[in-house]
Amino acid sequence: MSSGFKVQGSKSTGASPSPDAIPHSPFPIRHYLGLYAALWRNSVIRELGFKANFLMWIVVEALWFALQLSFISVLYLHTESIGSWTKWQVVALVGTSHLIQQLFTAIFLTNLTALSEHIRTGKLDFMILLPVNTRFLVSFRQVDLGGFVNAIGALCVIGYSLHRLGHTPGVAQVVGFLLLILVGILIHYSLMLMLSATSFWTVRAQGIVWGYYNLFNIARLPDEAFRGPFKAVFTFALPMLLVSNVPVRLLVDKLASPLEILLLVALAAIIFAASELLWRSALKRYTSASS
Amino acid sequence: MEKYWHVLNIGLQNTMVYRLNFLFRATFGLIPLIAIISVWRAIYDGKPGGQIASYGLSEMISYYLVITIVDALTAVTEDDWQIASDIKDGNISQFLLKPMDYLTYRLCLFCSGRLVYAVVALVPTCAFIWLLRDNFILPPDAATAGGFAVSVALTALLQFLFSFTLALLAFWVLEVATFIFIAFAFEYLAGGHLFPLDLLPPALAGALDYTPFPYMLFFPVSIWLGRVTGDALWLGVLVQALWVVAAYALARLVWSRGIKKYSAVGG
Repeated sequence: MSSGFKVQGSKSTGASPSPDAIPHSPFPIRHYLGLYAALWRNSVIRELGFKANFLMWIVVEALWFALQLSFISVLYLHTESIGSWTKWQVVALVGTSHLIQQLFTAIFLTNLTALSEHIRTGKLDFMILLPVNTRFLVSFRQVDLGGFVNAIGALCVIGYSLHRLGHTPGVAQVVGFLLLILVGILIHYSLMLMLSATSFWTVRAQGIVWGYYNLFNIARLPDEAFRGPFKAVFTFALPMLLVSNVPVRLLVDKLASPLEILLLVALAAIIFAASELLWRSALKRYTSASS
Repeated sequence: MEKYWHVLNIGLQNTMVYRLNFLFRATFGLIPLIAIISVWRAIYDGKPGGQIASYGLSEMISYYLVITIVDALTAVTEDDWQIASDIKDGNISQFLLKPMDYLTYRLCLFCSGRLVYAVVALVPTCAFIWLLRDNFILPPDAATAGGFAVSVALTALLQFLFSFTLALLAFWVLEVATFIFIAFAFEYLAGGHLFPLDLLPPALAGALDYTPFPYMLFFPVSIWLGRVTGDALWLGVLVQALWVVAAYALARLVWSRGIKKYSAVGG
């Protein structure tokens, strides 16, 4: 409890000058890291208030993950491969997709879905007034700790599938895999931010956000199952078929050509830039809620 | 009974507000459907015999399309959350005073919600089915179609009563969302949402027959595809009806227990 007051205190007595808190420092990364640490502390305290609920949500997520895995094992009762994807390669794929999804949920999801509510109620005024980058605050305000627990579960499944494949990836592969996971999270984050930002125009973007969450489901399926316009859209426009497929291909030596990695990274950069542009024009358009 | 017609009418008007939302939902919902059908196509491409657990490609594709139809007609989307929050916020107090039965009231709202959703979803779903018309199987004859209609009505009741009872947990616990999601996960697998239940190992599929889950989705779909016929069909409908009666009794029991426990918030 005492640490809770500390967080509260450090917020309200922000006037005390500290070297990290210079608002217009040319290199404010340390300042923002400090801020993020405070937001983390806040979230931990909040979660500890509802321990049983916190554990139950972890069970729910784990159960749905188990459901996806059981779907794969039932599919492979009746077939040896989907395209060239074998059973344990697909398990690694489902695990990777779950890893990305859970990390995204842990860091961003609650914050982005809350955005349309902040716009509707005018709470965003308050955030814009704070001497912090608004996008930072909107994106990172809360942390969903259960997501990290479930991410560990996903890592275990990936590890086990590699064991079943009898494949030990090299250091470069593992590092590349982890970096591509970050790229995948960045893609999901940017796309979701853009969708949430549409609520600057339509106010009610909940349906769209829900729809996007649906698209996550495609990411865990092997890319070779798809053809034609569907594959083109979900590779080049909304790269769902790249975000988890490419890292797994790198990890299990399935990469057709290094160009796939290049494409994923390039698309991530483009989508992130687009999200920043949209965000800026959306903020310009914002005229509070009341009056 | 006239008052419930009014409820139905109000429900229709209220849900009409969400028609655009429903259209989004129905259209976005097609994307995972396309995905799963593509995966099955890829699997059948690698199968020279073209049969998986007695399903041909067309039957498999139709299975998922009919699921979409049955889902549109019977799936509970918002009702359970609303019931739980009615209890949590104390809104049900007014129903204890009015000469209106809460279960029937919610059932009317559920029906009107499904009606509006089904009408809105009709356009994207039919367009999609038309695109896949070469692989779409219709019920073999009129009697089968009739059996399907009866079974879908029972499925809707079962779905509703299941969610209603689950939402009543709000009398005892503060946060019912996790319970609802856990139950939904079981139903998703055991009801046949993910894959036809006869793809499971026979022992497991046989065990599921003794639970209500297959009757919450898989059974009407099997009727449509002509996989359950003759006596088995009508026996199945009978079992399904018995499950509805059992679910109704359970819902009533839990409701009366909950009301005894209930103390209105605020006052």
